[in-house]
Amino acid sequence: MSKQVKQLDRVIIRFAGDSGDGMQLTGDRFTAETAAFGNDLSTLPNFPAEIRAPQGTMAGVSSFQVHFADHDILTPGDAPDVLVAMNPAALRANLKDVPRGSTIIVDTHDFGARNLAKAGYTEDPLEDGTLDPYNLHPVDLTTLTVEAIKELGLSRKDASRAKNMFALGLLSWMYGRPTEPTLEFLSTRFGAKPVLRDANITAFHTGWNYGETTEAFAVRYEIKPAEMAAGRYRNITGNAALSYGLIAASQQSGLPLFLGAYPITPASEVLHELSKHKSFGVTTFQAEDEIAGVGAALGASFGGALGVTTTSGPGVSLKSETIGLAVMLELPLLVCDIQRGGPSTGLPTKTEQSDLLQAMFGRNGEAPVPVVAPQSPVDCFDAAIEAARIAITYRTPVIVLSDGYLANGSEPWQLPDVADLPVIDPAFEVSDPSANADTGEPFQPYARDPETLARPWALPGTPGLMHRIGGLEKKDGTGEISYDPDNHDLMVRARQAKVDAVADALPDTIVDDPDGDARLLVLGWGSTYGPIGAGVRRVRRDGLKVAQVHVRHLNPLPRDLGDILARYERVVVPEMNLGQLAMLVRAKYLVDARSHTQVHGLPFKAAGLAEVLREHLRDLGDVPPANTDPEQPGRKSPATTPDVIA
Amino acid sequence: MTAVDLPFPDTDLSRDGLAGVPTTDEPQNRKEYTSDQEVRWCPGCGDYAVLAAVQGFLPDLGLKRENIVFVSGIGCSSRFPYYLDTYGMHSIHGRAPAIATGLAITRPDLSTWVVTGDGDALSIGGNHLIHALRRNVNLTILLFNNRIYGLTKGQYSPTSETGKVTKSTPAGSVDTPFNPVSLALGAEATFVARTVDNDRKHLTAVLSAAAAHRGTSLVEIFQNCPIFNDGAFEAFKGKGAAESALIPLEHGHAIRFGPDGSRGVARDTATGGVRVVGVGGDDGIDESDLLVHDAHADDPTTAFALSRLTDAGVLTQAPIGIFRQVERPTYDDLTRQQIDTATGTSGRGDLAALLAGKDTWAVGEPRG
Ligand code: SF4
Repeated sequence: MSKQVKQLDRVIIRFAGDSGDGMQLTGDRFTAETAAFGNDLSTLPNFPAEIRAPQGTMAGVSSFQVHFADHDILTPGDAPDVLVAMNPAALRANLKDVPRGSTIIVDTHDFGARNLAKAGYTEDPLEDGTLDPYNLHPVDLTTLTVEAIKELGLSRKDASRAKNMFALGLLSWMYGRPTEPTLEFLSTRFGAKPVLRDANITAFHTGWNYGETTEAFAVRYEIKPAEMAAGRYRNITGNAALSYGLIAASQQSGLPLFLGAYPITPASEVLHELSKHKSFGVTTFQAEDEIAGVGAALGASFGGALGVTTTSGPGVSLKSETIGLAVMLELPLLVCDIQRGGPSTGLPTKTEQSDLLQAMFGRNGEAPVPVVAPQSPVDCFDAAIEAARIAITYRTPVIVLSDGYLANGSEPWQLPDVADLPVIDPAFEVSDPSANADTGEPFQPYARDPETLARPWALPGTPGLMHRIGGLEKKDGTGEISYDPDNHDLMVRARQAKVDAVADALPDTIVDDPDGDARLLVLGWGSTYGPIGAGVRRVRRDGLKVAQVHVRHLNPLPRDLGDILARYERVVVPEMNLGQLAMLVRAKYLVDARSHTQVHGLPFKAAGLAEVLREHLRDLGDVPPANTDPEQPGRKSPATTPDVIA
Repeated sequence: MTAVDLPFPDTDLSRDGLAGVPTTDEPQNRKEYTSDQEVRWCPGCGDYAVLAAVQGFLPDLGLKRENIVFVSGIGCSSRFPYYLDTYGMHSIHGRAPAIATGLAITRPDLSTWVVTGDGDALSIGGNHLIHALRRNVNLTILLFNNRIYGLTKGQYSPTSETGKVTKSTPAGSVDTPFNPVSLALGAEATFVARTVDNDRKHLTAVLSAAAAHRGTSLVEIFQNCPIFNDGAFEAFKGKGAAESALIPLEHGHAIRFGPDGSRGVARDTATGGVRVVGVGGDDGIDESDLLVHDAHADDPTTAFALSRLTDAGVLTQAPIGIFRQVERPTYDDLTRQQIDTATGTSGRGDLAALLAGKDTWAVGEPRG
């Protein structure tokens, strides 16, 4: 049967099913195929905190969205063009996000009265017209899978578990994905269990052939590879990139990497990843609690290691006192906060940016800590190295603010040339053999480098530099305990000045303002980079002008930021919190920054942000050029023209 | 889930707490170990005696002074590192074992000591203490037990006797105290000992054994706080008193104490524990029926029974010495061994290969 082939420039697919249905794996595999094919891509896993919520319920729905295109894209996409729903709950939980006219593929197997009721349906949505506005493909994936592999002799239950590979096969056929990566993956993964390997491979082929041979699927789609800078690429998640960045920082500084961590979502993958790389001299210590995790890291730093702790918001709360100690000791320490929805236990598996003020101020006393935020999954690699550079150079704890979206989301990464990575000099204090122990000046552990204001880092084991450090106020220079009022004033200011000095070595802020005459500036930080960038592109396509600045260093803020903000008539700050950066820039620069906030536990959608920006522009009197349709700004004929946006 | 058998690390290392720490032939003295800081404990505080003992005994270890580190928490005793001219860190309340763990894992060339108190180790830092003990990190922990909070001016502590009247318990404390030795044994400790601040010889002997032990050594030191809990250890002060109230534990010897060895410890068949008995005479038991102390017994049951001879209330009797000293691979040796094995079998990691991973593709050159 010959199939029609349609060209598309981009597609958003969402796989949704029960937590036990293997949707994350299915999405991962589709992503690997897509990366191998050469599309640009971005992913958004979304799963419940419960490992196995009651089967078939809304609470147990897990999904994975992948956006891929023939051009560069910035986000996992707003709304799926294709929803794959493995049960009634998955359909019900995701339907509201699916625009009318989109394709929905449903596994009809579980649409009996019991499972419909579990999902909260009183009528069968496959029958009652609910799905009429969609391009619906009802397929009994489960039965087809079980039938296809019945010769393998698996129980019905075990056989039906391969249905996700059927779905993957079908979608891989629809979008012309290469199959080798998946076949190779299944062979390796189930190498020790040939029956399961064969079951999954057969299910995958059966899904592919189902698309190829049945009339239900008449169209295949082609999305050409994206134009990307020449080089070698891989796909990577933010947590993996962060782990590799830490290993790279260890190599580039010559300091052995020591991770002290306690399991916590969504940071545990960093602990898992680093524990695999002992051949890089990496020590991972699974501590008895969050406090011990950071304590052990600080102890390792005292001994000359690159001490790191990874955690999420609740863990940072527990570590606060130790971070304060590190401020006082003036030792390098990296605290990686993979933010999640808060307060308290909050939304462990969902994303948020609500720890910014905790990172800035969540300690007793004046305890300034540099804060660095990666802006994309790939950027977690560079942010880790940058944070290590600051920590080591300035002898200070540094907080890295990633989040659940960056941690689990993935995108293609152009592999850096290892030879080009920055070198970090720990510049340990060494004993001066010429100094006479009796007559020479005693070692001054709190003397300061005139440029960086950093103190010397003298490791235990270095002769002649024996000294004691601690949490009590230090005397300037000698580091002895001091309760002197003037000394305390001096030391509080010195620690602040040292952190402020980090800004001296930062590059100029990049202002994305193509014509240089925009009146509206959108300011962001962290993982909102993609959605803000995509929103800005949409607005610019309307012929409107908007400038974008994304800050990576939140403490200290870049020296030029105040002047940049002052150049714009209006500054709007979208954040996944209630306006934390907006509060900081208002306080620091006295600019009337307008906050736009959302705390859904999910990233912003580009369309929503574009609309917010348009509203601000309307308010400023900027209107789109006259020849565009106000309802569909910038789109001449949306139904037929490819929508080259992110 | 699977478990693998971990080989016992290199035998020399695994049996010597100071193996790997550089030594020196230069004679050392107490003065070198004394820092220029003025000691600020109250007059008569038991901490002075312990400091003097430590300053006196460290030179005997023959280690390079720069390879010794003392880490402490918060409390009177935690000022200890400031007074020793070694490397030191006065950290935060309760966290010293955690901090020292990170240091000990990454620096096998250091002799790492923890100084803590009853409030620091058993209250706010209880979690870190028990986990350090079960992991058996190569640390020596000195737990100064004065049975009171001194630095915060006299509240009851987790080792204060029930009913204790303090500033925070005017009607008497209703808490049941910890027995630090029992707690440590329950936490799988491999070296547990107790000594007293006023017996320099015993203190030094126990500290030497603790330093020589590879793994976490816990030494509880009865330490008098004359300001807020004076007399807590009165039953042990003075020669005659100590003789009848302190039960010395010596490996391989029958447990015997009191004037002329008139008392001893025997198994108590009724409870399965041990009890204090009279020796010889009309109503005493035969000397040969006394319990012979075996600190190296694999099973900690008898050591635990001995720890229970300590009064929970006002102290009138307590065993001192080494309750338990057994060999078990240390956490830090095993951790370093895994790293060495990984580097040994697959070589030092190649960063470029790590970053590339298994699935890469090329853009701008023929696809491969
Ligand atoms: S309060 Fe007690 S324990 Fe603290 S220094 Fe004074 S006497 Fe020693």
